[in-house]
Amino acid sequence: MIVWKKPAAAALLLTLAACAQPAPPVVQAPVFDPYANAAGGALYQGDLAGGVLGAQATAEYFNNSVGNTVLFPANQTALTTEARGILARQAEWLKTHTNFSAVVQGHAEETGTREYNLALGARRASAVQEYLIAQGVGSDRIRTLSFGKERPREVCSDEACYANNRRVVTVVSATGAGS
Amino acid sequence: MLRTLTVTLSMALAAVAVPSVPAFAQDGPLKIEITDGVTEPMAIAIPAFHGDAEVAQRVRDVVAADLTGTGLFREIAAGAAAAPGSFGEAIAYEDWRAASAQALVSAEVTQSGDAISVKFRLYDVFAGQPQGDGMQFDARASDWRRAAHKIADQIYARLTGEQPYFDSRVAFVQEIGPKDARIKRVGVMDYDGQNILWMTDSASLVLAPQFSRDGRRLVYTSFDSGFPQIRVLDIATVSSRPLTQDTNSMAFSPRFSPDGRWIVYSREQGGNTDIWLMDAASGAQRPLVQSPSIDTAPSFSPDGQRIVFESDRSGNPQLYVVGVNGGEPTRISFGDGRYGSPAWSPKGDLIAFTKQVGDRFHIATMRTDGSAEKTLTESFLDESPTWAPNGRVVMFTRVAPGGNGQPKLHSVDITGRNMRPLSLDFAASDPSWGPLMP
Repeated sequence: MIVWKKPAAAALLLTLAACAQPAPPVVQAPVFDPYANAAGGALYQGDLAGGVLGAQATAEYFNNSVGNTVLFPANQTALTTEARGILARQAEWLKTHTNFSAVVQGHAEETGTREYNLALGARRASAVQEYLIAQGVGSDRIRTLSFGKERPREVCSDEACYANNRRVVTVVSATGAGS
Repeated sequence: MLRTLTVTLSMALAAVAVPSVPAFAQDGPLKIEITDGVTEPMAIAIPAFHGDAEVAQRVRDVVAADLTGTGLFREIAAGAAAAPGSFGEAIAYEDWRAASAQALVSAEVTQSGDAISVKFRLYDVFAGQPQGDGMQFDARASDWRRAAHKIADQIYARLTGEQPYFDSRVAFVQEIGPKDARIKRVGVMDYDGQNILWMTDSASLVLAPQFSRDGRRLVYTSFDSGFPQIRVLDIATVSSRPLTQDTNSMAFSPRFSPDGRWIVYSREQGGNTDIWLMDAASGAQRPLVQSPSIDTAPSFSPDGQRIVFESDRSGNPQLYVVGVNGGEPTRISFGDGRYGSPAWSPKGDLIAFTKQVGDRFHIATMRTDGSAEKTLTESFLDESPTWAPNGRVVMFTRVAPGGNGQPKLHSVDITGRNMRPLSLDFAASDPSWGPLMP
């Protein structure tokens, strides 16, 4: 409330002066940023990531609207046309939202040995990483790992599930404003 | 003659993993061969042990379970003939012969405070004489199961001519929860599923622990850091430390060399997986197998000179052997299907592996040159074979299909017979059979 004392007093002077009809004095009426004056206030000093609306600068938007998952045929590590389309959108988003980094997680279906599937998932993750880098995403923003067959998305033991488990999921997270 | 062998049994393992069982000269004619030819189990009588009745009964039952669990022995009913009235008393061979017993075990178990003492003798019923020396094992009372396994080991070794394996432990991964949110932790248990000790908590994903040959350490893959890295764990202190910490390079499927000095493992860089060797003490590393293909699942030969591994350099996964000093790997598998997770037998004669043909999985063995391939099992998903310390039994993971499908540990002998699930009341995978305990 202390903040507003001075402008309130200035407004009173202005009202009184108006009665005597002299030239209106120029009164200083500073606009205070209420957040900047609070101790440890949350003053946002970063940029708005290229001016894009904040609603798109979330992991949820990336997951649901950009698409965080690409699928692979059995035992394959090469990107399909459909996968490239999704990854092109991922790359555009990542290039716009430079304060996000990505962990690219490779997965395999449950058939196959544990060790081979870890290696297969790593290959798939690497294929995605390379594609994103080729699209202009900085290589230092993308890490890869493989879960092999340890984290299926669907749990049935049919091709319908396997097809959704042979996947690479791009997990984005904000690295912190202004960093 | 009763030879007294005092065995100090404690949960902490002794420094040297030398089997306490000497290679017995077969002074009796009684012997059962573990070959494809055996179809009829040997009839063995194990009448009630003498001494303190309660503990004597428990020890006897474990001895009987060990022996009959191999499929090589069947137990003659206790009342088939008159058992000796006390330990060391003369055996009524005629009566046991009439009851068709081929071998007879007599034993005495005495408990004194926190200590037990177990004496036993094995008799060849048809020859009418003892087979091998009598022996005595002294143990802490809490180690009564180990004392029983020691007796069963003696009997098994004398009657098969093979090294025994009952007094051994198995490291494994417990699996909890649904397939898409599975929690895993490393445990160590007796070979028969008893005396479980937990080695890790369930906070991070862990895979495929492997025993050192001295039974004191485990190496395993952990997602502790968020990325797959290998760790070594000291069993006695349940303390672990990372062996690799490079977040730009995954590390997995580690195994010890037989002398414990080296760790061979898979290292991934830029999506490509190769095989590397690490000095366990210094952490110094060097590549062993490098190619643009997936090279993984390495396992040492028992002399420490060669390594068998899995590679898809031919287009699909096959088994290869390479010397520890490098060089060009030799392909040893040429059959239909996909070969993986090879394990070199501690006896040195065979390699066990996983084989996928179509949508079926098998545990199979071959000689180390790739000849004499023999399929032991078939199911929706069998994998990760590990050898009993005597190289005559293989334990593996069998996964049931479907969303509620759980992994269970099974064992099978090298003839493909006597397949049986391990008796555990939880789901488990990735067994690693440790050494015979001293």
